[in-house]
Amino acid sequence: MKTLVTTLVAIAAAALLAAGPACAQTAAKLLPGSEIGFVSKQLGVPVKGGFKRFDAQIAFDPKNPAAGSVAFTIDTGSAGIGDPETDRELPKAEWFSTAKFPQARFQSSAIKSLGGGRYEVAGKLSIKGQARDVVVPVTLSAAGANHTATGAFTIKRLEFRIGDGEWADTSMVADEVQVTFKLALAGLGAP
Amino acid sequence: MSPPARRPLKPIEPRYTATAVALHWLLAVAILGSMAVGATMTELAVSPQKLKLYNWHKWAGITILALSALRLAWRLTHRPPPLPVRVEASMPGWQRTAYHATHHAMYALFFIVPLMGWAYSSMAGFPVVWFGVLPLPDFVPVDKELAKLIKPVHGWLAYTLLALVVLHVAAALKHQFIDRDGLLARMRPGRA
Repeated sequence: MKTLVTTLVAIAAAALLAAGPACAQTAAKLLPGSEIGFVSKQLGVPVKGGFKRFDAQIAFDPKNPAAGSVAFTIDTGSAGIGDPETDRELPKAEWFSTAKFPQARFQSSAIKSLGGGRYEVAGKLSIKGQARDVVVPVTLSAAGANHTATGAFTIKRLEFRIGDGEWADTSMVADEVQVTFKLALAGLGAP
Repeated sequence: MSPPARRPLKPIEPRYTATAVALHWLLAVAILGSMAVGATMTELAVSPQKLKLYNWHKWAGITILALSALRLAWRLTHRPPPLPVRVEASMPGWQRTAYHATHHAMYALFFIVPLMGWAYSSMAGFPVVWFGVLPLPDFVPVDKELAKLIKPVHGWLAYTLLALVVLHVAAALKHQFIDRDGLLARMRPGRA
């Protein structure tokens, strides 16, 4: 009997917790399969990479985009291009300096709708202790009950001191790095 | 008294065409240079220097592949001069077989080695951009597991080609300095 009561209380508490954020604000959840990647150019060769671990706090209602807010934290230690020898270098001081700067961050400051499911998310991107203003174009599409947000923007790696020292030579690794993302989101704009 | 008579090197005609001679020596330099870079670059720690050498090696490999295609087309349309009768007559059967087998195997490897390197690069997720300007297509999909298997094969085949080149040079030197039959003159750059 005691067990049953405990279980019922637990279920009720879980239901309340689940309903809670929805009442207060429309908080979306990042689903598995979401990707944050990057494309750098080495002597003209496009090389794809990505981050394995990241999280997001997204409060966004497509009906009221201006009130939305998007924040990301990305584990710099999870960066890789799929080449073990190179991947071992990325956490080092010259690249992401993971020991000192374990996370990169993005915090939105303004979201503007361009219509047709396209948005412009302005915000601050902080990597390796350097912060820069960026404007990120996002295309939002419905995927069943969920949503998919995709987009790409270009950053200059040297502004964030990614690839310092002997790697600062942009004839070897181009300054421009394209950041790409494909996010699977649940609960976006849910009532 | 005149010095002891040495058999003079008789000029052998006909020579290879000037184009064939040029391609032979250009490719000799390119192939041996590319092998030296290939053997060096894999030993280096990750650095801009290593990245540069890898890309030079890939550019050289594609150049070798293109020049080898040109060379093969030239050879098929301009038959090389046959071995002089007296040279061929002095060769035992096994040497004649080795002569043909070595040349055929070298030609096959002129194509197979760079193609394997190109395939490896594509599979490993690094498409080849010739001289950093011309992006080449990936003729195999990205497959990092298969890339790991292909990589040593590219190396072994390159060493096989190197062994054949050593044999080829040894045979040419034997004809020049032991048989003294002047065979080398057919491939000497410039006017004989």
